[in-house]
Amino acid sequence: MAKPDVVVLDYGSGNVHSAVRALERAGAQVTLTRETVRIQEAAGLVVPGVGAFAAVMDALTAIDGPRWIGRRIAGGRPVLGICVGHQILFERGVEHGIAADGMGEWPGEVTALPDDVVVPHMGWNTVRAPEGTVLFDGIEDERFYFVHSYAVQSWDFDQTVESMAAPKVTWSHHGADFIAAVENGPLSATQFHPEKSGDAGMQLLKNWIDSL
Amino acid sequence: MSLAVRVIPCLDVDAGRVVKGVNFENLRDAGDPVELAHRYNDAGADELTFLDVTASSSDRETTYDVVTRTAEEVFIPLTVGGGVRTQEDVATLLRSGADKASINTAAVNRPEVIDEITDRFGSQVLVLSLDARRTDDPQIASGFEVTTHGGRRGTGIDAISWCREASARGVGEILLNSIDADGTQAGFDVEMIRAVRQVTSVPLIASGGAGRPEHFPAAIDAGADAVLAASMFHFGPVDMIARVKEAIRAAGHPVR
Repeated sequence: MAKPDVVVLDYGSGNVHSAVRALERAGAQVTLTRETVRIQEAAGLVVPGVGAFAAVMDALTAIDGPRWIGRRIAGGRPVLGICVGHQILFERGVEHGIAADGMGEWPGEVTALPDDVVVPHMGWNTVRAPEGTVLFDGIEDERFYFVHSYAVQSWDFDQTVESMAAPKVTWSHHGADFIAAVENGPLSATQFHPEKSGDAGMQLLKNWIDSL
Repeated sequence: MSLAVRVIPCLDVDAGRVVKGVNFENLRDAGDPVELAHRYNDAGADELTFLDVTASSSDRETTYDVVTRTAEEVFIPLTVGGGVRTQEDVATLLRSGADKASINTAAVNRPEVIDEITDRFGSQVLVLSLDARRTDDPQIASGFEVTTHGGRRGTGIDAISWCREASARGVGEILLNSIDADGTQAGFDVEMIRAVRQVTSVPLIASGGAGRPEHFPAAIDAGADAVLAASMFHFGPVDMIARVKEAIRAAGHPVR
């Protein structure tokens, strides 16, 4: 069987080397590009992100990223956001008192973790995944590698509308509960770095690739 | 459940080879950093640190290549230190595949470089590494002094003030190495760890003095979020990382 074709979105975000290699190791045919045709055609699109929310959003916008990501989502085509690539899917990010708009795929704000814990939240933490997620299948009890100082700390999505499949939200805790991952139809995202989370992270990427 | 204490082996790399010696059995080539990185990853290391002890710039290129090859094969966080002076050095390391860079002497000489690096790449990429020793110098209030040149040269800078300043400037993590404890295998300098913990809220990695797994819980009780060691892992039995983690777990701290 041919390997699923995955594009890692190239918009100048930090170290994407590891994401590319890890996805290859997990069984994908990976291309690092910003070419719009490739972004649209790929079986899966990965949106990495390192640094400040506003800077990542600016860099994405500079290549018209939100439009192409949005178009994929509208077409039911899988997208995986990682770290700040997860955060920018929410409505807004507030860092150092500066608010920036995100893509608004989900309600909620990215805000500073509580100041009574060690920050950045850096290291291997546990998650609480709901039943039946694709990403955490078989690795629900593993730890994943987080590096961040900001997070979405509430889930305001109206999950009571029966005609809509409720997104599956996975939580973690550091000073406060925060969203570690979301699965919502074609759109998935993780606050942690699966590409740096050893065997557990590799399995998560494989789970995603196998779903493409 | 909470964040696990990280156990981090440190490898000294010179011209693309691990130096200081490593005593693993069944290793084809004990000097190959990539092979050792694999070994430590398989043994349960939570992160890896390469310390580039290379002097020449051509050898530095070799280090970048080692970083790239490691990052292609080992999927845990990789920190690289040694010779990091400017934001361009950090850019090169990140491009090579490092997740974090550690800075030491260059930050002592010119603290502003911390702001420059973290403004560009974010706090999470920069580890402040410092070698501190105890001193009787009345000018140094805390009794802990920052040194350079592997502890041979004093700077007259108070290590605790320095940690406070570096945190305020934006470093994402502090690697605290005790020169007095380093090499003694008699245990960590827990007073120093405690003193640094009081002035910073960024993650703190304790280094220097570990000789036995039982030494580690004290460093964590004193406020360390992670522990780093070299010889103990290089010369200990293959399962030393597991033994260290077991000692940490037995003391009531979470490990992976």
